[in-house]
Amino acid sequence: MEHLPIILGALRWPEPDSTEAFLLWSVVKIAVVVGVLLTMVAYIVLVERKVSAFIQDRLGPNRVALPLIGSIPILGPFLTKLGIWQPLVDGLKSFLKEDFTPGHVRKIYFWLAPALVMIPAFLTVAVIPFGSNIGSQHMVIANLDVGILYTFGIVSLGVYGIVLAGYAANSKYPFLGGIRSSAQMISYEISMGLSVIPVFLLVGNLNLGSVIDYQARHGWLILYQPLAFIIFLVAAFAETNRLPFDMPECETELVAGYNTEYSSMKFALFFMGEYANMIASSAMMVTLFLGGWTLPGVDPAALGGVLSIFIFLAKVLALMVIFIWVRWMLPRFRYDQLMNLGWQRFIPLTLANIFVTALVLWLQARN
Amino acid sequence: MIVKREKLTFWEMLYLPAIIGGLKVTLRHFFSKKVTMQYPEEKWVVPPGYRGAPYLVKDQDDRTKCVSCQLCEFVCPPKAIRITPPGPAGTPEAGNVAKGPKEFEINMLRCIFCGFCQEVCPEEAIFLMKDYSLTGTSRAEMIYNKEKLLTLGGIHQDKIQKWKHKADEAKEQEIFPVRP
Repeated sequence: MEHLPIILGALRWPEPDSTEAFLLWSVVKIAVVVGVLLTMVAYIVLVERKVSAFIQDRLGPNRVALPLIGSIPILGPFLTKLGIWQPLVDGLKSFLKEDFTPGHVRKIYFWLAPALVMIPAFLTVAVIPFGSNIGSQHMVIANLDVGILYTFGIVSLGVYGIVLAGYAANSKYPFLGGIRSSAQMISYEISMGLSVIPVFLLVGNLNLGSVIDYQARHGWLILYQPLAFIIFLVAAFAETNRLPFDMPECETELVAGYNTEYSSMKFALFFMGEYANMIASSAMMVTLFLGGWTLPGVDPAALGGVLSIFIFLAKVLALMVIFIWVRWMLPRFRYDQLMNLGWQRFIPLTLANIFVTALVLWLQARN
Repeated sequence: MIVKREKLTFWEMLYLPAIIGGLKVTLRHFFSKKVTMQYPEEKWVVPPGYRGAPYLVKDQDDRTKCVSCQLCEFVCPPKAIRITPPGPAGTPEAGNVAKGPKEFEINMLRCIFCGFCQEVCPEEAIFLMKDYSLTGTSRAEMIYNKEKLLTLGGIHQDKIQKWKHKADEAKEQEIFPVRP
């Protein structure tokens, strides 16, 4: 007991700008971001279910009620109608289901693959500035100077999880799904990567924070680079295996693609990974093209840290709704059409876009 | 017939018209009236002629109309009906002119709601009613016995009351003395 004051004395508040403060703040930010991201994943699934139900003239989940909150007069039934508790039950269900490992799978890879899908999706969020400053802290986990390169490096890792899942399942449909996804993701990563080059030609810096500074000064980059935005958007659909490019899953052709042999929490990890990827790419688009956490015509310094975070989340959510909306709008592309679009349309277009942007910048610099 | 494939115009090849068309359709449906019927609270109106669960009926004098002829048992395609006839003892409560079933069981798990029993019944004693959601917590519970079938079936008016008249007639003429 007599040691307690000494221990408490050692637990002093770290000096600002010290390594301890940096570590402490990083841990806090990581915990909060991961928490928010997981909650968003759960609730985006609910939004998806609700939106798809409404588009199909249905009502969607509106039954799950919690014992105490459900009996609050007006609010309880309203929340139940919104299906606000559905993600809780869905999560619980994934945990309680039988985790079945078929006898014919390659065990190590079978266990490794879901994690390899999930982890890159979370890692990409690390460099995205999700708000201005709270106190002296920048609202970004890692303010890397090579931000976008890091993102593309990590995003490329995402394909391994799916390919590995296809290989580990050791049966034909997952294997086909894995092959398709590797082809698709690699081809669209090229056009995705090329499409952002003009953005960085304009900004002149690979740091994502400076991209936002540029947009705060000059207006959103979607106005300067609409073509790049559209190509990035479409490539993001392909990267996250969303309809109309959901070749790797493709229920009508491949049972469930690389998911086929998975059940319970392992399947849920794939599922969450897909949605986390969608959130990450939405966040990326918001940062690169839609002004990040800033608002047009508002001084970024005037926005409080908390408000800027909410602006950022609202923009991400809007893009997510577009992701969901498009799913119920367009039929699936055929495999050759997908490849055709990627290689023969987008890559020449992005190259032309880079060339034109560079030319304009050069002419401006000459004057 | 060979359908000639029209060449797409440049505008169409951009996919944009298709995408805009899709946006319009989905938006319209998003805000349109929902067709979901919230089942346990709202229920649909069962149309006339609907073939629901088969039940036994009584007439207005509380007499079981079934005379245990076993035609329904015979015609039942999934063999869901099982009738135990009264045997030589007869059915005294039926006025000794008709028989009634000692036991009448319908296995609702086997029943396919085809309506053959109703069609074949010469006594208009079994009808497919409007019940469509039969539930139970065990298989045994889903085998409905005579008592349950009669309770669920209720009363159907019988204008002719053939067996009642026969019994009355027999009583008057005393040609059916009950032998000791």
